[in-house]
Amino acid sequence: MLPRYELAYETYGTLNSDKSNAILVCHALSGHHHVAGHYADDPKNTGWWDNMIGPGKPVDTDKFFVIGVNNLGGCHGSTGPSSMAPETGKPYGASFPVVTVEDWVESQARLADMIGIRQFAAVMGGSLGGMQAIQWSLSFPERVRHALVIAAAPHLTAENIAFNDVARNAILTDPDFHGGNFYEHGGVPRRGLRLARMLGHITYLSDNAMADKFGRSLRSGKLGYGYDIEFEIESYLRYQGDKFASYFDANTYLLMTKALDYFDPAREYQGNLDKAFLAAQADFLVVSFTTDWRFAPERSREIVNALLHNHRNVSYAEIASTHGHDSFLMPDQHYHAVMRAYLDRIAGEFSS
Amino acid sequence: MSAHDPAELAAARPDFAAIAAWIAQGASVLDLGCGDGSLLRYLKDTRKVRGYGVEISDANIVACIRNGVNVIQGDLESGLSGFESNAFDFVLLSQTLQATRHTEPLVQEMLRVGREGIVSFPNFGYWKNRMNVLRGNMPVSEELPYQWYDTPNVHLCTLHDFEDFCRDLDVTVLERRVMTGSSEVKLLPNLFGSTAVYRFQRGR
Repeated sequence: MLPRYELAYETYGTLNSDKSNAILVCHALSGHHHVAGHYADDPKNTGWWDNMIGPGKPVDTDKFFVIGVNNLGGCHGSTGPSSMAPETGKPYGASFPVVTVEDWVESQARLADMIGIRQFAAVMGGSLGGMQAIQWSLSFPERVRHALVIAAAPHLTAENIAFNDVARNAILTDPDFHGGNFYEHGGVPRRGLRLARMLGHITYLSDNAMADKFGRSLRSGKLGYGYDIEFEIESYLRYQGDKFASYFDANTYLLMTKALDYFDPAREYQGNLDKAFLAAQADFLVVSFTTDWRFAPERSREIVNALLHNHRNVSYAEIASTHGHDSFLMPDQHYHAVMRAYLDRIAGEFSS
Repeated sequence: MSAHDPAELAAARPDFAAIAAWIAQGASVLDLGCGDGSLLRYLKDTRKVRGYGVEISDANIVACIRNGVNVIQGDLESGLSGFESNAFDFVLLSQTLQATRHTEPLVQEMLRVGREGIVSFPNFGYWKNRMNVLRGNMPVSEELPYQWYDTPNVHLCTLHDFEDFCRDLDVTVLERRVMTGSSEVKLLPNLFGSTAVYRFQRGR
């Protein structure tokens, strides 16, 4: 149990008079509340979904009031394992409770209460963010008019959990992890976090995307017959791993992957997803990407089918894209046309 | 007038009005190969139907969403496995039958997920088409706007052919409307009708 918590959030655009134009953007594993734009004093720090959200963009902040929130347990300002525990004056570390997608949605609902939003025009997200959009429609059916579920799944497969477990093991077995209480030892489990990110990154791309971007090109142009970085892909992955390990909290990474593993709204209905979606009242847009093998189109189809079986309003687009799971963050023209068309429809439902 | 004004649409697509006339208020409808969603939109506006379209083309997915209808991107040819049996009052196949490759299993699937099926298709037996063939050319017309080498129409048929097909599949034709332009054709329909619309169900 947490005695209290804080959530970091950002808003964009203006809430209209009857508070009907609000969109909540949920983030994925490594995301946060800074979804779009940049800060006046930090022009290089662009929001992670800036190509989707902003004035004149598919999620048009001239029409919508957009909220980005850092999830509970995160490491970008919301209370998380690296925050000080009030009763000990030390970081929570290993004592920070495991949180679930349901907990996140619950905490986001309290944030909505605080801002005064009774019902969202839309709750949206990609990947783990899409799972939160699903959970919103089940936990608070009357508070979501539209759920935009992108590159998501109704639950992880065994293979997905396996990848997460290898990533967690990289962190858990790093000697600098200290059972999660590394803060007081003045270091971070950099090697473990780096490996976890490198592995994750591979699964977010596609074979073709990697082949196109890196192929077998060598950094120095010739083979060195050693274990240093030789291929460009090695260089890229290590760079991504290092960058990530320099700012992301290892405990948050563990917690986020666990939330992914646990998410399974059909679980209390003996795996029957149709029954799980019985509660949903929102209209849905479900989007998947052809080369996404981590959250494949078939998984999105499971969501769509459950909605069809419950006679819910749903549209489904399967986007041809080369970028694997990461496609949901890419500015693909057709993908954005689908999003824009759907969001324009939502904007037509309320008066500005 | 707006792009989906019902009166304007009915004038441009006489088969829409014919289909709508058979559909009860508030019915549930699945429109296969729904294009830009015009028919579903028309049925929503005139018959208050609930339903979905299935469509494969990217551009049409965007058009359907803009039209305010539910659309599921998918390939009809790979079946309707996502839909439960008897889930819909009507399953529609408007001006698409002739472009399907696995036509027989698709018609069977239509009658699995729906109580009744409705199809519209260009009548290859229309006299103008026959004249073209007699003159030695594949017909190209308003209903069949493609050249032989770029046509998506792989299974063209006449009214007689379709009715034989239904008999062989144990499908009962409930109603038929044959039209040329917007006028109904009663006399020698297989010769004088350019478009046919059928309503049918399983069994004899």
